[in-house]
Amino acid sequence: MKAWHFSENAYPYLPPAQDYESIRVSLPNRNYDPKKGAALYDRYIDEWLIAEDEGLELMLNEHHQTATCVDPAAPLVLAALARLSKKARLLILGNPVANRRQPVRVAEEMAMVDILSKGRLECGFVRGVPYEVLPANSNPVRMNERQWEAIDLIIKAWTNHDGPVSHEGRFFHHRNINIWPRPYQQPHPPIWISTTTPGGAGRVGARGYVQATFLTGYGGTSAIYDSYRRGWREAGGGADVPVNRLAYAALVYTGESEEAARSGAEKLLWYITSNKVPLHFCYPPGYVPTPVHAQILRGAAIDQHAANRANATVDKAIEAGIMFAGTPDQVFRQIKHMYDHVGGFGHLLNMGQAGFLEHDETVHGIKMFAREVYPRLQEAFPDSAISGVREERVVA
Amino acid sequence: MTTVAGIELEIFERGRGEPILYLHGGAGIGSDVAFLDLIAKERRVIAPSHPGFGRSSLPDWLDSVDDISHVYLELMDRLGLMRVDMVGFSIGGWIAAEIASKLPQRLTRLALIGPVGVKTGPPDKLDIPDIFAMSQEALNKLRFHDPKNNPAELAAMSDDELFIAARNRETLALITWEPYMHNPKLKHRLHRVEAPVLLLRGGCDGIVSAEYLLRYAALFPKARIETIAQAGHLPHVEQRELTAQIILQFLGTDQMAERAGAKS
Repeated sequence: MKAWHFSENAYPYLPPAQDYESIRVSLPNRNYDPKKGAALYDRYIDEWLIAEDEGLELMLNEHHQTATCVDPAAPLVLAALARLSKKARLLILGNPVANRRQPVRVAEEMAMVDILSKGRLECGFVRGVPYEVLPANSNPVRMNERQWEAIDLIIKAWTNHDGPVSHEGRFFHHRNINIWPRPYQQPHPPIWISTTTPGGAGRVGARGYVQATFLTGYGGTSAIYDSYRRGWREAGGGADVPVNRLAYAALVYTGESEEAARSGAEKLLWYITSNKVPLHFCYPPGYVPTPVHAQILRGAAIDQHAANRANATVDKAIEAGIMFAGTPDQVFRQIKHMYDHVGGFGHLLNMGQAGFLEHDETVHGIKMFAREVYPRLQEAFPDSAISGVREERVVA
Repeated sequence: MTTVAGIELEIFERGRGEPILYLHGGAGIGSDVAFLDLIAKERRVIAPSHPGFGRSSLPDWLDSVDDISHVYLELMDRLGLMRVDMVGFSIGGWIAAEIASKLPQRLTRLALIGPVGVKTGPPDKLDIPDIFAMSQEALNKLRFHDPKNNPAELAAMSDDELFIAARNRETLALITWEPYMHNPKLKHRLHRVEAPVLLLRGGCDGIVSAEYLLRYAALFPKARIETIAQAGHLPHVEQRELTAQIILQFLGTDQMAERAGAKS
């Protein structure tokens, strides 16, 4: 198993939540102090580099117009990490390609980072969460179709080496595609895609890309992985799905004692409790399937995702499988329980910083995990393992 | 169902007499039916559900009001509507204006109720408020003089109706998202529309402002404006009889005048 340190570059210094309607999209940026923000970037980049020193891989993501994740241009931070880090794999998860107007530009940015890092890029693509469509002014209808066309166009730009080629598709038009530089890794960097629904995962499986899922817990993750493995097999990928095709993201905090761990874990829950967003930002028309949209119009409280506010206590978050927290023994057992429950995964994406978790606490959590838990995970769950519950593999 | 350009169109047709092509707004045709029944007492009303609305199909290639206007040009040919009156509400008004700009000679008269479709104001202010960035409650305050007049109470709808309401909203987003609620080219084309145009809005319409309608009207050679008090964006719902009366009168006078002209 590979573990990745993941930080959203949160800006937690906000007025009381009752004073604003939404932490995303519409929160005025006068609430952002550039000097404090600059110090935070320094700090978060330092934490990534400490995580690298401790043997972890590095992951970052991108959101827009939100205090929860002040990384609206993830390739910029990625480029900084490419020069500052030395050995870690660098995962961007990911490029919101349904919201980017020029996929070829994304191909160029990623090729540059791959060169700068001398082949350490793991390139993720995401459809983007629903709150991203207003900041991007991006039509929420047909996003999946745009995402897949963009990915294919990016791969074409990466892998064509014989002078200009063209693309005249449904959503994107580009003549004279001939990017410089081309990627360091051949034929191109590994591709990751995040999905939180089974529907999307089958298609990712058919392509054989790495499937990541975020905070989907015991309930949601199994269905997503099942769908991935089914898609993989139906597309002729073979009966065995390597665990390294599957990734799971959770809030992770490891402490010396249960009390110390709990204190850190509670601060991590800011990621969930701070996410104050009105309904109309959460469900732009076309983002969810029409029957789900219909139920939302009826006023049904649809929050089936495990990372909802009802699960925002340490105990409930651990029970739901969205948080692994405690002593090294406890964290190992919790991860093992999740691993066994979903049929195995090869990547653990550790959200190791959120909200008011201070630098020292963040570093402590990273070190405790890296030194006391990670070696056991690597031993217990080798990268060569096969994913899927036994019965499923026998049938396949 | 009528198939046009490979699209299955659901078409409401009722009444007798000279035809009126009625084009519904962003919420679909459901809440307009009572109004159409009033119009149909005097005239033949043909009212399709736009592609992706109601039970009309939505092909993958269709994503704009311009696309829909081309579908309706073909529908007019199919139905033999060589000369027709058109009434359009909100985005239906936009579609009607697009059709009028393409084949102005096919139009007898044009009535637009709270129409969108042009951008005439400054770049730093939306002509039409962003309905996709507000709550349903806030939106209904803009839509109605009295939100209690909303005929489409979502909570009371059947699953089928609710599915259609959701799908209508999705298609609305698809075709109006960007440029938002307008075709930048349309205002440069409407001068060709020689037919008389009535632009009508509810006095409390929070979506289509009086200034917007004034600037819209100025784009047509022969346009006039009517305002209906105690109505919001849907005067044909909140002041159904008055709206029907004004529209029938506007459309009817012309025909009487034309007939009188033909006799003399």
